[in-house]
Amino acid sequence: MSSTVDTIRGLAEQDYKWGFITDIAEDRAPKGLSEDIVRLISARKGEPEWMLEWRLNALRHWFRMAKEEGAPTWANLTIAPIDYQNISYYSAPKKKPQLESLDQVDPELLRTYEKLGIPLNEQKLFSGVAVDAVFDSVSVATTFKGKLAEMGVIFCSFSEAVQKHPDLIKKYLGSVVPHTDNFYAALNAAVFTDGSFVYVPKGVRCPMELSTYFRINAAETGQFERTLIVADEGAYVSYLEGCTAPIRDENQLHAAVVELIALDNAQIKYSTVQNWYPGDKEGRGGIYNFVTKRGKCLGVNSKISWTQVETGSAITWKYPSCILQGDNSVGEFYSVALTNNRQQADTGTKMIHIGKNTRSTIVSKGISAGYGQNTYRGQVKILKSATGARNYTQCDSLLIGDRCGAHTFPYIEVRNASARMEHEASTSKIGENQLFYLRQRGLTAENAVSMIVNGFCKTVFKELPMEFAVEAQKLLGVSLEGSVG
Amino acid sequence: MALLEIQDLHASVDGHEILKGLNLTVNAGEVHSIMGPNGSGKSTLAAVLARRETYQVTGGRVLFNGKDLLEMKPEDAACEGVFLAFQYPVEIPGIGNAYFVRSAMNAIRKFHGQDELDAMDFLPLYKERMKILEMDDKLVNRSVNEGFSGGEKKRNEILQMAMLEPKLAILDETDSGLDIDALRIVAKGVNAMRGPDRAFLVITHYQRLLDYITPDFVHVLVDGKIVRSGGPELALELEDTGYGPSEADVPQVLPA
Repeated sequence: MSSTVDTIRGLAEQDYKWGFITDIAEDRAPKGLSEDIVRLISARKGEPEWMLEWRLNALRHWFRMAKEEGAPTWANLTIAPIDYQNISYYSAPKKKPQLESLDQVDPELLRTYEKLGIPLNEQKLFSGVAVDAVFDSVSVATTFKGKLAEMGVIFCSFSEAVQKHPDLIKKYLGSVVPHTDNFYAALNAAVFTDGSFVYVPKGVRCPMELSTYFRINAAETGQFERTLIVADEGAYVSYLEGCTAPIRDENQLHAAVVELIALDNAQIKYSTVQNWYPGDKEGRGGIYNFVTKRGKCLGVNSKISWTQVETGSAITWKYPSCILQGDNSVGEFYSVALTNNRQQADTGTKMIHIGKNTRSTIVSKGISAGYGQNTYRGQVKILKSATGARNYTQCDSLLIGDRCGAHTFPYIEVRNASARMEHEASTSKIGENQLFYLRQRGLTAENAVSMIVNGFCKTVFKELPMEFAVEAQKLLGVSLEGSVG
Repeated sequence: MALLEIQDLHASVDGHEILKGLNLTVNAGEVHSIMGPNGSGKSTLAAVLARRETYQVTGGRVLFNGKDLLEMKPEDAACEGVFLAFQYPVEIPGIGNAYFVRSAMNAIRKFHGQDELDAMDFLPLYKERMKILEMDDKLVNRSVNEGFSGGEKKRNEILQMAMLEPKLAILDETDSGLDIDALRIVAKGVNAMRGPDRAFLVITHYQRLLDYITPDFVHVLVDGKIVRSGGPELALELEDTGYGPSEADVPQVLPA
């Protein structure tokens, strides 16, 4: 995990220089959602007129949706109603009392970081000592900006991209996830505050992993970021996304949109380790994570690969998908989703095969513990045009204890007889015999569970970049704490 | 001091009493064989000594190395030196054999305040012991017991035992399901580990295994109690006469 840590450390030691405005209190918008609020957001970011119009258009659509149908209810989730007028949509991180030293930080939190192997500097950073305000949605691009620029790679905050690369933004923004796509995508399009933009030019193989650590700091606000990644012909990029949040007592809305575009022969690998605050054991607090992630394999022989490790959030609603438009394009989805205590996850993918000989692979590993409810929902659609399409789906659930649930909803739609489809599914339970076997060899019950779960997730972890894989394994261990009696 | 001292042990599974006052003393360096018919409590004894939590101890005392074994969790008993070779070894998908054994070794080393072994120190040792058990190198990175044949699983148990070097090794029907070649190999692995500091409890239904692992003592377990004890010759006698006890030892008719 060293390079992730290094970039975070780098950020921590830098002066505050991106994103939000100096005087936080003055810039905080009143609660509620209206055209005025959207105008305010756009004005604060100094956006051009077309961007404002785009936002307003989305907002009007969202209002229509909110009035006519409301938030989607088809997911296998129990969600308390969200009052969208009781959220502040533009608010720099609210200043909490500054903690002077690690001694004042919640010892449980410190213990967690210790277990994650995050060194002291990062503990300070994560625990909100001194660097609290720096961390909302700031991309770490600038660390290597010079080196990347030499190769023509653009990696900057979304706000900066709107100013400096308007042609690219106009061309691709909303081209994969239009504001009409769904309720949360419309909301995001109206009020998104920042995010990352990546453009990798023709034939360039991005020389390093690009990573963003998302961090929710402030209370009483929603978090809406937007990521857009374009890989031009023959380009390659690997992007890592990590999320943490320290909020302890209330639910908080996170509605992000990620769009990926791969042109001819381009490849995008997108990895996420999502560890938003999951709420406490009784289900109080935690992040509501409603995310729309979609990639379009626009060009021939292009490839988009999603890998996600979802251990956080009170509620996860997320379906990283691929539209396989170019002939011979490839879509992949590798997922580990863990729900413990009262967490709920409804997650999966969509693979839409349009081009000829398009191929997709889905490997989903769901782990439920405590009272956790874990749902895999996946759609594989082979259109008439997709001659020779192939899909392989493997969908495994692991149960720990007898109060949790695992659910699977695969949708398969085939309109071309030449398609080849494979679907495998399994549900298993960590048995007393497995646990006893490991403990008889000297491992504690907690380590035994962690080992069994890591073994279960192996095929997904090996898709992650090394440093993330290590982090993900440790995260699973931490997230499973208390799952065995 | 005896390595293992079992006094008047009573144990139940799901409310049924299986062990009904068992006494046994095992000294370091000794090999004891426990024989008996199906359902007599052999595997229950093994499970109780390994501290399996689905087995309830309802009476008696067990001292291991002078410590109260019945107070220990399974992992503590393992770290103190109790090893159980399972009758039905368990599969752990996605976890490599070598990684698993090294994790176990390091858990035990940590318990004793020793430094952990890294892969470089561990692997040569592991491969050397695999050779004794005539195991294929390919098994190093295969998932624990996954897709192993019956014989490979049993050999893998003995390999783990050879790596963890317990003070007391309990072999629970290790011979079941083994062909004669595999049996010989398993016995070779066990015999290589016999020594003055280690004791074995060899649980078996058949005398066959004892042709290869010669015990110092043979005990006959019937209905939760040891009804006869003797030297290796007792096993041979049982082979001829079966487990029907002599009139002198148990006066009553035994339940099926």
